[in-house]
Amino acid sequence: MSAPLPRVVQLFPTCLVNELLPEVAIAAVERLERAGLRVEVPAGLTCCGQPAWNAGFAAEAKAVARRTLAILAATQGPIVIPSGSCGDMLIHQMVELFRDEPKAVAQARVIASRCVELTALLATLPAVSTPGGSMAAAAPSAPLAASGAQKRLRVAYHPSCHLTRGLGVREAPLELLRATPGVELVPLDRSEECCGFGGLFSVKQPDLSGAMLDAKCRALEASGAEVVASCDAGCLLHLAGGLRRRGATMRACHVVELLRRDEP
Amino acid sequence: MSTGLGGGGPSPFVQRVRKALADESLHVALGRATAQLQSRRAHAFASLDDADVVRAHARAGKLAALRTLDVQLEAFERRLVENGTTVHWARDAEEACATIVAIAQSRGCRRAVKGKSMATEEVELNGALQAAGIEVVESDLGEYVVQLDHDRPSHIILPILHRTREQVGRIFERELAVDYTPDPATLARIARERLRERFLAADLGITGANFGVVESGTLCIVSNEGNVRMSTSLPRVHVALLGIDKLVPTLADLDAALKVLARSATGQKSTVYVSLVNGPRRSVAEEGPEEVHVVLLDHRRTRTLAGETAEMLACIRCGACLNACPVFQQIGGHAYGSIYPGPMGSVLTPTMRGLAEFEQLPQASSLCGACKEVCPIGIDLPRMLLALRRESVATLPIAPSLRAAMRLWSFVMTRPRWLRLARRLARAWASRFASNGWLRRLPGPFAGWTAHRDARLPVAPSFDEWWAARERTERGAPR
Repeated sequence: MSAPLPRVVQLFPTCLVNELLPEVAIAAVERLERAGLRVEVPAGLTCCGQPAWNAGFAAEAKAVARRTLAILAATQGPIVIPSGSCGDMLIHQMVELFRDEPKAVAQARVIASRCVELTALLATLPAVSTPGGSMAAAAPSAPLAASGAQKRLRVAYHPSCHLTRGLGVREAPLELLRATPGVELVPLDRSEECCGFGGLFSVKQPDLSGAMLDAKCRALEASGAEVVASCDAGCLLHLAGGLRRRGATMRACHVVELLRRDEP
Repeated sequence: MSTGLGGGGPSPFVQRVRKALADESLHVALGRATAQLQSRRAHAFASLDDADVVRAHARAGKLAALRTLDVQLEAFERRLVENGTTVHWARDAEEACATIVAIAQSRGCRRAVKGKSMATEEVELNGALQAAGIEVVESDLGEYVVQLDHDRPSHIILPILHRTREQVGRIFERELAVDYTPDPATLARIARERLRERFLAADLGITGANFGVVESGTLCIVSNEGNVRMSTSLPRVHVALLGIDKLVPTLADLDAALKVLARSATGQKSTVYVSLVNGPRRSVAEEGPEEVHVVLLDHRRTRTLAGETAEMLACIRCGACLNACPVFQQIGGHAYGSIYPGPMGSVLTPTMRGLAEFEQLPQASSLCGACKEVCPIGIDLPRMLLALRRESVATLPIAPSLRAAMRLWSFVMTRPRWLRLARRLARAWASRFASNGWLRRLPGPFAGWTAHRDARLPVAPSFDEWWAARERTERGAPR
């Protein structure tokens, strides 16, 4: 066998995915490896600094962001980010954050040019036709994987704000879902409207954020979906928490978790 | 703040938000109006060839005027004077009101009709005129209803967006002693009859201006009801109050700006009336006022020009960002506590009236970016909200608990060992309270989250733990 050497990508798990939604990063690893890429996870990565930056705490954001940039700068290849807002932070906001520091800005620009949101990357890779063997088995849980019986899962896609309006990634997640046989995409009314997460906004303005969440949950329930898929850990935690609070049976998961449904 | 992140009870802003969220009829009115306005706007832009080019032109015109604002203002003043207009400068709201009252008094004007103008709302001109014994009547239908009801506008384009037609019918019944009707056409006819008397009796017309064209010294005022044309032509004196940010250099720039303004504001290709005022009548044989006065208002705009929110001065007050904003859709305009609500207001209000008093407005955004996307001038509103948040942190007495929380977060996120410790503590704590990985109530500063949603807890193994375990396995048994 003379398979070409796999290209290396760096996976930045992001703080929320790492701690609260590890299944997203695990699914990402699995998917990337099935596409023939070698995945590396830079040691010691924590957070991009977005929570503090969005709250106006520039010094605190800088401390975290500076460290993250340094770790990423020591690696090579594309940096894959499984969360739209973290992607926007790395690709657009870092330059603004460090604008008074020419050296840091230069580094941030280089890093930004290497960053790619997970689904935007997956959509450019050749379609994966064969299941990934050992990798699928390595996942500790695969609650959404097809169980063999090909019942199509009704999925509503929530385009998160920073992914669409920040990064301009609109079609990639939809293309991936459409290409997944086990998934039936259902339309979602006012899909591009914010779910009300907004980081610290959800804690500091709970009533406002809650009202926005309610509006989104009502639209989701009206869509008839069994699952809401998105590409941002913050939105997913917000949606899942809101749906649970309402007693809804709908689950929330990352788009990449659903791509397993193309397995026979 | 109500969240434990700040001290004391709920702020006035939070109280207004709660009141708005609990108001069912407001919710219905907002939902209908904003949805309709958004879809009309989308259709209107679809009918514009090269929409992006026109938007870019409109933006370029506004920014060009701002870049050399001192020179542009002087040139504008020269052209106005050449056209026979008298020019006044007002540093702030008080000066603007005093100037206009003085003009009215020195000309013996007692009865004023007004076109819709946010600048006059900004300086609270009506109160000043009334205090000086000058009767003032709003002639825009929405503003007329606001005035009858002793209310405040809740939207910069549609002042009574917060009202249903039934409520307007009741206001007319109460204030004008007419039979109740919720029929918009009948209500409009009643208002027209009443206003017609006022127009004919008025000796002072007061308007704002949407644009001041530097090259020709022209005031451009758009309207849909013909009331602006009446206000600028029937009374013998016309006074226009406009912010110094209203300039565009050329008539070509005006053309681009008008194309995007009407589409963004109401989804029209053009407003029904576009009034171009080029000074008073030249001779008694001509129609129009004997005198035209222009009052150019600063009110902290010069200061804004020097700061991080300078781009906000390019705003053409179309209101598209209000309609697109998911926060505005929930709470409407009054909750913002300012005549400039929504995303544009959350930037303008703190810059004009002080960040200390309006600190919550820049916070009241999820930074979703819908405002930036629809802004015909492409103003980066989220960027400016962030700048104001940074200014809050740098200059205001932010709650010590929030400051401490951010420092702690920064400390932990730069020290993976501490992060792992925090994770262990969180897991130990969670294992006692959680059901199925979720919590219904979080303590202290995080209680805001669980007010409306369950909270997911740290999952074991975390991704980095899973990854480390896999690396060890693979090194032991290569694939």
